[in-house]
Amino acid sequence: MHKYIYAALPLVIALAIISLLVGNHSLQFNAESWDILMISRIPRTLALILAGVSLSVAGVIMQQLARNKFVEPSTTGTVESATFGMLMMLIFFPEASVFYKLLVACISSVIGTALFLLILRKVPLRSGYVVPLIGIMYAGVIGAIITFVAYRAELLQSIWVWVQGDFSMILRGRYELLWLAGGLSLIAYFTADKLTLAGLGKQVSINLGLNYTLVFVWGLVVVSLITGVTVVNSGVIPFLGLVVPNIISLLVGDNLRRSLPLIAISGAGLVLLCDILARVINYPYEIPIATVMGIIGSVIFLYLLLREDSHAN
Amino acid sequence: MQTNRLLLTPKMRLLIAAALALLTITLFMSFNVKASWEFTLMFRGKKLLTFLIVAFCISTATLLFQSMSNNRIITPAIMGFDALYMLIQTSLVFTLGAIQYAALNNYFKWAIEISILVVASSFLFQWLFIKKQFNLYLLILIGVVFGVLFRSFSSLMMRMIDPTEFGVLQDSLFASFNAADSYLLTISGVVVCLISGFIFRYHHQFDVMALGKPIATNLGINHADLTRASIVIITVLIGLSTSLVGPVTFFGLLVVNVAYIVCGTHLHRYLIPMSILTAIICLVGSDVLLQHVLHYNTKLSIIIEFIGGVFFLGLILRKKI
Repeated sequence: MHKYIYAALPLVIALAIISLLVGNHSLQFNAESWDILMISRIPRTLALILAGVSLSVAGVIMQQLARNKFVEPSTTGTVESATFGMLMMLIFFPEASVFYKLLVACISSVIGTALFLLILRKVPLRSGYVVPLIGIMYAGVIGAIITFVAYRAELLQSIWVWVQGDFSMILRGRYELLWLAGGLSLIAYFTADKLTLAGLGKQVSINLGLNYTLVFVWGLVVVSLITGVTVVNSGVIPFLGLVVPNIISLLVGDNLRRSLPLIAISGAGLVLLCDILARVINYPYEIPIATVMGIIGSVIFLYLLLREDSHAN
Repeated sequence: MQTNRLLLTPKMRLLIAAALALLTITLFMSFNVKASWEFTLMFRGKKLLTFLIVAFCISTATLLFQSMSNNRIITPAIMGFDALYMLIQTSLVFTLGAIQYAALNNYFKWAIEISILVVASSFLFQWLFIKKQFNLYLLILIGVVFGVLFRSFSSLMMRMIDPTEFGVLQDSLFASFNAADSYLLTISGVVVCLISGFIFRYHHQFDVMALGKPIATNLGINHADLTRASIVIITVLIGLSTSLVGPVTFFGLLVVNVAYIVCGTHLHRYLIPMSILTAIICLVGSDVLLQHVLHYNTKLSIIIEFIGGVFFLGLILRKKI
């Protein structure tokens, strides 16, 4: 595992430096450049790294909870539930502070995700591909409810723009909530062994002496909080939590204690790469990172699906 | 209709459905008229025509697609065909430039788009359904992810088009139920007639095809040829409905499954008209409801997506595939 980390870390640092340098204003040694760096560039790069780390970690935890490799917060209704909470706050308490919006978004995403996991438990799973399929349709149904409500409240455009991952508005003072997501990912690392066990299923893990319910609820809370924070703050980057853990698991296996650091670093690297692409592809305009990641992510997802199938035969 | 299933022959059921469809259409045309009759009939007539064409396209395409692939859950829209059409449209604008694109002859433009769509989706279908023998769930998942890919590509290109040019173009990209262009109505007339003729001539072959490839081949159907013909028909219909009203994911699934239940037979002779009538009743009926009960405070497509999504979820969960 260490050799991968040693390979990935310099790459991510290089990407972070490029991310600091890309922009309309070329940096020099003067006060103006310093301001741009401190107010805009560094916050943006930090926000990208934090979002990348925490969304990848959230993805892998979600995969342990659902016991399926092809799920992540944006395909389990977690993102949509958080969005629904946000929408309710925008309609009923538009004046509320960010903290309360975040709180409601997180609670609503806990409820939405728990409901999804409950549905999974009620259904006999005939094939591993049913789980992501149910998740995507479940997310679609919640999305339709959001669209219905938002349309009537005339918030349709603002709500979907808000949720779509876009880091062009990130400035100092506008991204600090993401540290919370980063911190949660760090704490999740210390419980990695327990989450790995929980991924073996209820019976096996209880048999091995795990307090399954507690670990399950903990995982649920971590995933929902990370999703809630990113939804409220920068918007969500689709497929990130699916693509990164799957590729890392091909390299180093499924023991989270071993793979989680690598997942976190690669997540940050992929997000930095996508954001740099999103900034230079139509320079000087920007494209939301969610669009770029939508393309890259779905291509890798298709590759993973086809790969799995050719192994099965 | 469910309760006296034995009493009603398929023909009578069709007649009842036709009567219901006529009733909703009459309601649609005459309910709550405020302006002069002349204006109302013109205005609503054009909208009704769009509804009828869309109902024909979506339900026929979905039904043939399901017969061809021998299952009742996947539809062209779920497999990402609509999204593919949008992608083709956007990439044409992107490569030609908005001004050039707008200057092209409408019929020529439509023909190019549809030919690309037919070729592209034939390849996609050949690969997904014939070369690889995917598990059904995997197949759906792959289709859904392909849809996401196509949509992401289109939105990337829409972002790359110059904003002012994009504004000029938006009209031709996003048609709605209210504003169908007249050249599209002409094309629709031709397409609907041709395809109806073909189906009228070959409907019994579809009955056999729906039994699956081995049985159909055994019974003397040229399965490969019929599949190729069906793909062309399906793609043209999908292209037509998407250029009229944009992508509608779950409408076909809903309508065709209702038709399976109320039709009481598996013969395409009855199934096709029944699903078209169901689609007409749903579209026109819900438009009347929306306009006069909910007072247009929502969009038809949102409600269809919601009901369709729940229905699809139910189908997967109950394994009634």
